[in-house]
Amino acid sequence: MTHVLKIENLHVSVGDKPILRGVNLTINHGETHALMGPNGSGKSTLGLAIMGHPGYEITEGSISLDGEDVLEMEVNERARAGIFMAFQRPMAIPGVKMADFLRHASTNVRRPDRKEGEDLIPMREFRKELKDKMSHLQMDVEFARRYVNDGFSGGEMKRAEILQLAMLQPKFAILDETDSGLDADAVRLASESIADIGHQKMGLLIITHHDKLLEHNPPEFTHVMLGGRLVETGGKELAEELHQHGYERIRNAYPDAEAANQEMLAEEALA
Amino acid sequence: MPAAAPLHIKSNHFTDHSIKMTSTTLPAFDATGFDALTAGVSEPDWLKQLRREAFEHANAMQWPERRSEEWIRTDIRTFQLSKFHAPVALETKPETDTIHQLVDGVDLGGRIETIDSQITQCELSDELAAKGVVFCSLSDAAKSHSELVREHLFSTFDPDHDRFAALHTAFEKGGQFLYVPKNVVVEQPLHIGSILTDGGSDTTHTLIVIEEGAQATVLHEYNSVDSKAAGLHLGGVELIQKANSHLRYVSLQEWGHKTYHFAQQKALVGRDATLQWTIAAMGSQLSKVNQSVDLIGKRAECQVNGVMFTEARQHLAYHTQQYHRAPDCRSDFLYKSAQQDQSRSVWRGMIKVDPGAQKTDGYQRNDNLVLSEAARADSIPGLEIEADDVRCTHGSTTAKVDEEQIFYARCRGFTRKEATRMIVIGFFQQIFDRISIESVRDALGDAIARQVREYD
Repeated sequence: MTHVLKIENLHVSVGDKPILRGVNLTINHGETHALMGPNGSGKSTLGLAIMGHPGYEITEGSISLDGEDVLEMEVNERARAGIFMAFQRPMAIPGVKMADFLRHASTNVRRPDRKEGEDLIPMREFRKELKDKMSHLQMDVEFARRYVNDGFSGGEMKRAEILQLAMLQPKFAILDETDSGLDADAVRLASESIADIGHQKMGLLIITHHDKLLEHNPPEFTHVMLGGRLVETGGKELAEELHQHGYERIRNAYPDAEAANQEMLAEEALA
Repeated sequence: MPAAAPLHIKSNHFTDHSIKMTSTTLPAFDATGFDALTAGVSEPDWLKQLRREAFEHANAMQWPERRSEEWIRTDIRTFQLSKFHAPVALETKPETDTIHQLVDGVDLGGRIETIDSQITQCELSDELAAKGVVFCSLSDAAKSHSELVREHLFSTFDPDHDRFAALHTAFEKGGQFLYVPKNVVVEQPLHIGSILTDGGSDTTHTLIVIEEGAQATVLHEYNSVDSKAAGLHLGGVELIQKANSHLRYVSLQEWGHKTYHFAQQKALVGRDATLQWTIAAMGSQLSKVNQSVDLIGKRAECQVNGVMFTEARQHLAYHTQQYHRAPDCRSDFLYKSAQQDQSRSVWRGMIKVDPGAQKTDGYQRNDNLVLSEAARADSIPGLEIEADDVRCTHGSTTAKVDEEQIFYARCRGFTRKEATRMIVIGFFQQIFDRISIESVRDALGDAIARQVREYD
């Protein structure tokens, strides 16, 4: 069976402010989708809403995974069902070692019915796997002993997110600007790693401003978000066009969405 | 209503019985109780005299004034001494095998267990005894090593500090004495387990004397027979370290949650001596502890690792003092506390530096993690510095668990509870990283993990 993540007519508000205004998107396992759009258009909101962030209220529409209602699931149930997001700004958890965090996370995701306190993946087995994956990502093993994202540089945080992607092997992964804030070499490494781990092995939703990431992970579909809606969908040539020429054509073509986008940006600035 | 009748009778019977118990058989903290307690022990005259004076002082003293700075945050109006009885002999010894938490996998050199201030176990390895180590009840030591005990007992604990201290001194029973002679290195940890039954009293005084060049590790834990148990602890700890001695002292307080805990826990650290003191407090209904370390010889060092975790309506107040009385000394106090439900913790720290204590290096920090809206943490760092060439730093933080952290962990498959537990344990990790004894790290980690609640 091919896994399907299906988003239909999704409306999302933060407080009483509508952000997403009817998003439709179907991702099949193995497909790569690029999600592009100007700042403030609602790209990260879509990711956080799929994960179930408590600050994002679904006012209309549905999300399903293989026919199961995702909106009925707790955040942790979504993760265990195989949905992953690499955060744009991951949180630090001082005092908790990356290795311990990942061992718990990997066990939870691989054994979705696991109750707290039940056995984790055996230490030897886990260590070996972690070591292999880290060396594959050209990460120093010392990294596993550091506290989760605590004192990490921007680049280290992004690489830690990619390591988690590699360990958790989700069915669907949302990568929220996993290439931003990195220098050219780091972007290339991240792009290659993602291609290696995820391309065609998962359903990928890549939120990005760079073309490097998409060069290594050529999308079957490119979606453009503006004012909380997907206003256009095309192939990888659409992504190339936007990289070269920006959003001018899109903004002019969809004046209503552009107006909504400007409104959201203005409110964000006020907040 | 006939159905209610048997219950009524039963309850009457029970009430009568308990009144009879308290009025006729159990001694109070009064003159009769004092006479009964002192009549039952044979001890040197100097100690009898000390008790007598303390009892008279206790009678002349009032309970602490709520307006005083020392007690302004700690309300003791619910405490009634008359609800407790002076230590009495146990009728039956409860099962205590599973109570101690710090002994798992540890090869002990000796152990003393008390239940309600009564010594129930007292062992020391032959090897250590042969080296001149003394590890026994304080009352035995007062007879067998009278001068040694006399020299050190109450050399840093102040019986006149308040009425609790005076009562402790007058009614002291079941205390422990450790003496490590000059240059003797005790490798195996020594264990002290103080246990309270439900409604029991513990007035034990712990006196530890580490002679010049000697070393020891002492694991001391305070437990009740069950986590809800009531009780009273009027306690005292004195750690006396001579020059170039090294002591690791761990105390884990997990009294039942209806227990009152009043104590002075003090150390004197001599020249070139080091003290690592780990102090964890998770039990009791109300605790008021004065902890102090006096650095009295050049280059003395102490590290204090404090862990507090409160829940329900617990109130834990720890007043700590690091007192630099000699030059070139270092003190490093780190207290981390988490509060949940409607509980409250008070931490009041002081670095005190005498005029002659130049080149002091003093550090003091208290971090709080407040886990619920109704919980509260008071953190009052302080400095009192009379020397001009010192480096003293202090700080305190109070924060809540960040919902974004929880969300992040949940996105990795952690349940909310599992995420909270992980974040709380992570918060304490900095302390665990400083503790060099594995069994202590494990026991503290377990104790903290047990206590973390489900949060919505």
